Amino acid sequence: MDLNTIWFILIGVLFAGYAILDGFDLGVGMLHLLVKNDLHRRIFLNAIGPVWDGNEVWLITGGGALFAAFPEVYATVFSGFYIALFLLLVVLVFRAVAIEFRSKRESTRWRQNWDTAFSVASYLIAFLLGVAMGNIIVGVPLNKFHEFVGNFWTLISPYTVLTGITTVALFMMHGAIYLVLKTEGELQTIVKRWVNNTIIFFVICYVSTTMITLVYVPHMTQHFKDFPILFIVPLLNMLAIANIPREIYHQRYGWAFISSCASIAALLALFAIGIFPNLVPSNPNPEYSLTIYNAASSQKTLTIMLIIAIIGVPFVLAYTTAIYWTFRGKVKMEDLNY
Amino acid sequence: MGEVELLSRLQFAITAAFHFIYPPMSIGLGIALIIMEGMYLKTKDKKWEDLTRFWVKIFGIIFAMGVASGIVMEFQFGTNWATYSRFVGDVFGSALAAEGIFAFFLESGFLAILLFGWNKVKPTTHFISTILVAFGAHLSAVWILVANSWQQTPAGHHIVTRQVGDTIVARAEIVDFWQVVFNPSTIDRLTHTIIGAWLTGAFLVLSISAYYILKNRHLEHSKSAIKIGLIIAVIASFLQLITGHSSAVGVSKNQPAKLAAAEGLFETQTNAPLHIFGWVDEKEQKVKYGIAIPGLLSWLVHFDASKPVTGLDKFAPEDRPPVNIVFQSFHIMIAIGMLFILMSIVGIILWATNKLWTARWFLWILVFSVLLPHIANQTGWITAEVGRQPWIVYGLLRTSDAISKTLTPGSVWFSLILFTLIYLLIFVLFLFLLDRKIKQGIVDHSTDGIYAKQKIVVEKN
Repeated sequence: MDLNTIWFILIGVLFAGYAILDGFDLGVGMLHLLVKNDLHRRIFLNAIGPVWDGNEVWLITGGGALFAAFPEVYATVFSGFYIALFLLLVVLVFRAVAIEFRSKRESTRWRQNWDTAFSVASYLIAFLLGVAMGNIIVGVPLNKFHEFVGNFWTLISPYTVLTGITTVALFMMHGAIYLVLKTEGELQTIVKRWVNNTIIFFVICYVSTTMITLVYVPHMTQHFKDFPILFIVPLLNMLAIANIPREIYHQRYGWAFISSCASIAALLALFAIGIFPNLVPSNPNPEYSLTIYNAASSQKTLTIMLIIAIIGVPFVLAYTTAIYWTFRGKVKMEDLNY
Repeated sequence: MGEVELLSRLQFAITAAFHFIYPPMSIGLGIALIIMEGMYLKTKDKKWEDLTRFWVKIFGIIFAMGVASGIVMEFQFGTNWATYSRFVGDVFGSALAAEGIFAFFLESGFLAILLFGWNKVKPTTHFISTILVAFGAHLSAVWILVANSWQQTPAGHHIVTRQVGDTIVARAEIVDFWQVVFNPSTIDRLTHTIIGAWLTGAFLVLSISAYYILKNRHLEHSKSAIKIGLIIAVIASFLQLITGHSSAVGVSKNQPAKLAAAEGLFETQTNAPLHIFGWVDEKEQKVKYGIAIPGLLSWLVHFDASKPVTGLDKFAPEDRPPVNIVFQSFHIMIAIGMLFILMSIVGIILWATNKLWTARWFLWILVFSVLLPHIANQTGWITAEVGRQPWIVYGLLRTSDAISKTLTPGSVWFSLILFTLIYLLIFVLFLFLLDRKIKQGIVDHSTDGIYAKQKIVVEKN
């Protein structure tokens, strides 16, 4: 395996880390307005309170790693998807600010406004990320200089809207399961009802996206035809999703959450296998696509970055584990900081 | 300058300037927190616990604002400066990625324990978390300063050309990683920025604590906090004199056009003067209404007044930075630096002679002094970044050639207006929250927390 492929995988791991970790923060944000009681909303906020900030670091580091390993992709995508990216940044900023300010005043109106901002931002972050993924699947118009030649509306199509909604559904399900882990009593009974509904919503979206992808974007399946062993990934994905209601039924919420994490990882693996070795496929004119070779930094830089990753990642995993261990268990009344 | 370029530069300047309000406060406050919590663990005096908890809350607000305003920074090299990103990604991107992996995870992870872990971990674990958060904040300064210093004094790279489409495109690629990291200006600029951050944290502590003393609140706590603030301020303000001098000497060697602009030196000359203040007339190419000390610039750069200092005449007009803005920001920064030394000395003398708590005039000065480090930070960065113009990577890539090719003025107007409003909103909210925390004051924690519970057990025994 060459360095370019290793970095393709590592960046995939960073974005998968982001999707798994910030995914439940976003899901909690989407479900936030479904409870009306202020105490319940505070419990939701405090369920993600100590960790959401660190979870977002996965996205920021992913962006930095993309810049370092595949600068052409960083440059093309962020300058090409200009308006969409700034909308994403706006909602990321608003979510952070809303979490921070929401509980700082007693006023009902103040709290309701920030709650709305928090929830709308969470929906939009997930949706925009999903739209971006959809565009990478179908390809975007590039010229021979690797520059994007469309505009904001080029990025919006029925297919990309569908991948956006699927992402929303995925994180909503993930967030609901996380909340089952973090709540107890009456609130947990409410949240548990959501899990089944969100699973159904997600499965509908997932099946639709899969069918439409098979029909309209057949190149996504090429590697599966060439290497049938890869069918193990969609198989694991379906088993993981099917396992969630089973674990919930047996009240093994930790396992339900792990299954949900596994299904997100498997979905991203499907996506990565589908686009490989492209990073940004060009459509039309596939010969202008950005690949892991023509978009990459020098072999020297990829080596240095690999050393940095080998030194840094064990630390990152150790901190993350330590923090989640410290804040494990149900959210207690005396722990309400937000 | 094209409209897209002008707007993009404005956007970068505004977002970077607003963002840089917060990180120096986190870095500086981190040091103060280590001292406060260290004192608590050492003395077990609950005064220190209350103080630590109060400042941890302020730290939390500042940190959150820094994160919210910082997300944009990670992505806007790509959005508006795509040509730059393609050119430098091989070198610059590594430093940015290292910042994420080594610093951001550390900071944001242990911040959770700092803010919410009081009742969940042992006191020593909490203290270690405080140290790790402060360390992480310093580490992120290291990597971002490495990246920025490479733009100022590129080293450890070579220029490689390759074919993209039907044209030949050049980019910088790493040859020697450690030369990139320790490029000629890294150490000077890193130490100068970090000590500037310590001053920012110290004067924040001094300002709020002086305010409490003037309002006759939390006297015990605030006196202790002021002592810590003064100690940091006196050490940092003298150190800053050394790093500032060293930076200027480095600039005279590596970026002589920047130093010439900062001093309004149009002609290369021996016995070059140092201006205390002045106004640069860029058309007539001279400094008006100023007071200058003859020979001092030559002496400061070479320790010898008879040696020449390079002036702007050695540079073609298209290679010169704007002069007056660099001159003014440089001189404001230096004047504030001198004020720091003066204020720290006065503070220490008043403290030593036991007059500090009654010298209301000085306490009022401390209250307003919180603005000074911020002005110095901002003007320092204006000197550094405007002084580097017209280059985005000094000597290698011009700012005008670095812009994204796909941008339209309309879309940059959109993002510029949107983000100016959002950053203003964040700033107003920050002031609002800070004001509330100050009004709430330092909370007495003698009745809650595991520390108190432990103490109660001890007392019962």
